[in-house]
Amino acid sequence: MSERWVRYWIAFRTILVKEVLRFTRIWVQTVLPPVVTTSLYFVIFGKLIGQRIGPMEGHAYIDFIVPGLVLMAVITNSYANVVSSFYSSKFQRHVEELLVSPTPNWVILAGFVGGGVARGTTVGLAVILVSLLFVDLQVNSWLWTFVLFVLTSVLFALGGFINAVYARTFDDISVVPTFVLTPLTYLGGVFYSIEMLPGFWQNLSLINPVLYMVNAFRYGLLGVSDIRIEVALGIVLLFIVVLTGVSLRLLRLGVGIKS
Amino acid sequence: MSALILEDLRKTYRGGFEALKGIDLRVEAGDFFALLGPNGAGKSTVIGVISSLVNKSAGRVEVFGHDLDADPEGVKCCLGLVPQEFNFNQFEPVEEIVANQAGYYGVPRKEALRRTETALKQLDLWDKRRGMARQLSGGMKRRLMIARALANRPRLLILDEPTAGVDIEIRRSMWQFLREINRQGTTIILTTHYLEEAERLCRNLAVIDHGRIVEQGAIEDLLFRLNTETFVLNLGRRLEGELPSLAPFTATRLDAATLEVVVQQGQGLNRLFALLSSHGIEVASLRNKQNRLEQLFIDMVEAGRKGAGP
Repeated sequence: MSERWVRYWIAFRTILVKEVLRFTRIWVQTVLPPVVTTSLYFVIFGKLIGQRIGPMEGHAYIDFIVPGLVLMAVITNSYANVVSSFYSSKFQRHVEELLVSPTPNWVILAGFVGGGVARGTTVGLAVILVSLLFVDLQVNSWLWTFVLFVLTSVLFALGGFINAVYARTFDDISVVPTFVLTPLTYLGGVFYSIEMLPGFWQNLSLINPVLYMVNAFRYGLLGVSDIRIEVALGIVLLFIVVLTGVSLRLLRLGVGIKS
Repeated sequence: MSALILEDLRKTYRGGFEALKGIDLRVEAGDFFALLGPNGAGKSTVIGVISSLVNKSAGRVEVFGHDLDADPEGVKCCLGLVPQEFNFNQFEPVEEIVANQAGYYGVPRKEALRRTETALKQLDLWDKRRGMARQLSGGMKRRLMIARALANRPRLLILDEPTAGVDIEIRRSMWQFLREINRQGTTIILTTHYLEEAERLCRNLAVIDHGRIVEQGAIEDLLFRLNTETFVLNLGRRLEGELPSLAPFTATRLDAATLEVVVQQGQGLNRLFALLSSHGIEVASLRNKQNRLEQLFIDMVEAGRKGAGP
């Protein structure tokens, strides 16, 4: 390994460790709340209401919602970590520490995305652990489950990064999560199968990328899906490629961070 | 070898403001260099371009032989920057800030922590290493930024008003520290509004105003060109009655026991004292009205503005 690559590796690790320390230091704000909320979902929707709903796609309702709830936690936390961390590094200007250093843009991006993935997967795993209190979790395919889990986290960490680049105020970092991300996940088949919807709404749901991820992840765990999982994987990878390209371009132009 | 070469450096900000209108500058390796100029002259923009925080519009930047366009990483590896405004994470421990900065330059963690210890001890911050940066006083925050800038052992250290708002005792210890690292071989470029600071520390200077260099050279040579100096004389006795003519010197009485005398270059002080003695005026002490560099600075900026037209 050349000297340059050693340098990049150390820089990447420095950013990643810093990002992980950041969210673990404030775990009461970052890790605990999603665990509490999803526990409530399990109790209310799963246990109490779920018993009256009856099976969905051949599975008890509470089993059906587990994959969606896990993925919802992964999505929101990957996104939230990068958007708040990178925005605050702009706001307090310590992004300049990185900009004056010889760290290339792709290493900076990888470091922040790595931090988002670390939080997304940590919270996701915590939610899985909580779900074990309520359901007997089976895994249909470990490979699919793992791949979808990590790729979804990468995708939304990238989304959070782009949001942070454009954000000018603290309002701007909550607009997208509230008005875009939450509706997309709630309407992305977390709580229901789209087969329950009338034709028009079923087709409209198909333009929601989150639907593909939730279904592919559900396939990984339960072995059932509304859509073809190869299509889902293709869509996730496509989004990752596009968002990575956009992020690197924004960094190269210095949008929001250089004049 | 030159530590820094700027050729026809230009910067126009979005919105059309032309901050730099063609800067040519050369700083030799080992120099202690002052970049002076009034507020808004373009000093921070120059520093921003050199340290990759501001995109230049045109021109060339070279640091220790590395061209900023062709080899930005080479340039960055040579540089340490102490910016004007605090730009660290207020919620991060002091030690982490310095050690992480070393990490961004590829310094392995163990070595990074060793360097952090050295720098924090040198700058008297070692006791504060575990505290959050926001708990530091203003002077400590400035020193933290110096410690951070040294994390990659830079060959060229750029400090943008490092002593702004720092008390005189800390300022002096910072001067001593900077002199020491300059003696050990680090090239230093400094901007400051305290001209006494520039006169004490630096060997060469450039004055920048309205995005142009209006003067540059060795401080010694420039001071030699100082045309007039104004002295304040404290008299031994109160001066009763009219002030006698002290021609060819221009003298004004500030109060009964204080005179202000303007001395042109070449007139010499001996002649002034002879004149004063002949009138029976006793001088107890004298001082420069302004710091000499301050006077020169004002002259240069004014001359530059006249030359540049309205």
